[in-house]
Amino acid sequence: MKKILFALATTAAVIGFSAGASAADKAKICFVYVGSKTDGGWTQAHDLGRQELEKALGDKIETQFLENVPEGPDAERAIERLARSGCGLIFTTSFGFMDATVKIAAKFPDVKFEHATGYKTAPNLATYNSRFYEGRYIQGQIAAKISQKGVAGYIASFPIPEVVMGINSFVTGARSINPDFKIKVVWANTWFDPGKEADAAKALIDQGVDVLTQHTDTTAPMQVAAERGIKAFGQASDMIKAGPETQLTAIVDTWGAYYIKRTQAFIDGKWETTSSWDGLKDGILTMAPYTNMPDDVKALAEATQKKIESGELKPFTGPLKKQDGSEWLAAGVSSDDGTLLGMNFYVEGVDDKLPQ
Amino acid sequence: MGIFEAILLTVITAATPLVLAAIGELVTERSGVLNLGVEGMMVMGAACAFIATQQTGSPYIGILAGIASGALFSLLFGFLTLTLVANQVATGLALTILGLGVSGMIGESYVGQSGIKLPQIVFPILSDIPFLGPLLFRQDLIFYLSIALVAGVHWFLFRSRAGLKLRSVGDSHSSAHALGINVIRTRYLAVMFGGACAGLAGAQLSLVYTPQWAENMSAGRGWIALALVVFASWRPWRIVAGGYLFGAVSISQLYAQAFGIGIPSQFLSALPYLATIVVLILISHNRRMTLINTPAALGKAFVPDR
Repeated sequence: MKKILFALATTAAVIGFSAGASAADKAKICFVYVGSKTDGGWTQAHDLGRQELEKALGDKIETQFLENVPEGPDAERAIERLARSGCGLIFTTSFGFMDATVKIAAKFPDVKFEHATGYKTAPNLATYNSRFYEGRYIQGQIAAKISQKGVAGYIASFPIPEVVMGINSFVTGARSINPDFKIKVVWANTWFDPGKEADAAKALIDQGVDVLTQHTDTTAPMQVAAERGIKAFGQASDMIKAGPETQLTAIVDTWGAYYIKRTQAFIDGKWETTSSWDGLKDGILTMAPYTNMPDDVKALAEATQKKIESGELKPFTGPLKKQDGSEWLAAGVSSDDGTLLGMNFYVEGVDDKLPQ
Repeated sequence: MGIFEAILLTVITAATPLVLAAIGELVTERSGVLNLGVEGMMVMGAACAFIATQQTGSPYIGILAGIASGALFSLLFGFLTLTLVANQVATGLALTILGLGVSGMIGESYVGQSGIKLPQIVFPILSDIPFLGPLLFRQDLIFYLSIALVAGVHWFLFRSRAGLKLRSVGDSHSSAHALGINVIRTRYLAVMFGGACAGLAGAQLSLVYTPQWAENMSAGRGWIALALVVFASWRPWRIVAGGYLFGAVSISQLYAQAFGIGIPSQFLSALPYLATIVVLILISHNRRMTLINTPAALGKAFVPDR
């Protein structure tokens, strides 16, 4: 029944979006969102990027977007609708849109596609991603300093490499401060369900974690953390409003510069397939102000951020062991990007069995 | 507070909106109307309750706003299906889509605001009973209402004359009509009761469960409530059993994960649905009982002869 509803909702969304008379000379740049543009997290960050793009290049382009597009077969239909409606460049902003984007890109060779956080490319399909794990490493260090019990809670969405990478980076950061640090993981199996995310937060807090971080999209876990009086990290957008005395920092996605750069290339006819993976130094992610922590912890976080930005520190650098105790990286060796993008194992210190 | 108690508290919060929306839909369906718009009415209730609370500063006014918006929204469904005799399934689905859209629109400027949580009502003495006290007598108004509503609906349907009339409308509208019962009016009231309950369930989401507004925040709970009505074979107290069973399994799996028992989370996530199906099979083995409880005229339009 839910499937039917989603199918109908998508259709409604497709019919519903602005069919305003488009000036023929303006390039149409389109976005596909998995959530609502006001979700306060992931999708909102992409939409802010789109707004920046409009501000910067509004005289040459117009933008269009589809919200709440479910991952799976419905996404295919939504993307195809956009491609048919004259979009020149389409950004699909969720990992789960990967196969749908690949399929439609093959069908429309003249339209350019960019898929966020995926790994499949084609002559007209680029991928782009952000090194969120750099921010998670800093969060891990903060957690290790703040936590009294040495255990953090981690609300995860789906067991995809992106999320696993974040968990591992958090643990690695935490263990660089406290080698015995542990985390508990709860998989919500959703990106967006305030109730379920709140339940997951309660489950973790009831079992003794005193710092909470999340890789889901709503501010509900932050709210529960505030209610229970523990500290937490925001995700994708600055969530300080949901926990003025709770949020330590947040990974804030800032896609605007990338969208402007790529759209400019598209207008100039210089668009090429790339696999872009920028990090803190490129400004594609930033850290929300370090708040609600002692000054020495703040100084540590800022120092680590500087080191990552300058390239002096790479979060995944040995000696690092996998969860089963076998060696992953020897001392001084840093992981290559390929391993990270396909990450399907935990590092030591994760109190969970990775769903395969 | 023990871990078991903590789990149960979380379960109660998770199950209450399901019970509320389902008990309302049960009355609607007992009158022979299938309203698939529960999700839409629920999310409208959540939005209106949150907005009213933020505007007035009182979550109790928020509750009233949630109930009123759900009832008003269901009136639209009633007008289309009862007066204009539109197809109930299609209209219900449309109501859900409309509700998701409208609530997203009116709630847009409220996203990200921290809401006011509905305060707990503590019963003196009773709340000091070990274990049961905090669970049952230190809750918010909406929880007490959910239990009272189920008891009330049970009494109404099976002990009152008006309830008998409502059931007769749901079983055979022609016979009820011949007996002089106003079929359309009865169904209008039943639809609005369903809407009010769904709206109250929505208010629970945005005032108790997660005191905030997020677009689409009901996240499919309206559909689960609809399924619960069938699960309960249209009997009120079974709604409570079903809602709490579903809530218990879905919450325990989160606690089990945090505990680190090492069962794949995808399987754990599917557990509530599996458990529901198993129970459904067990209780539906008696086909005669199922048939007796199913409203025979469910989903059928009524056009009085002139």
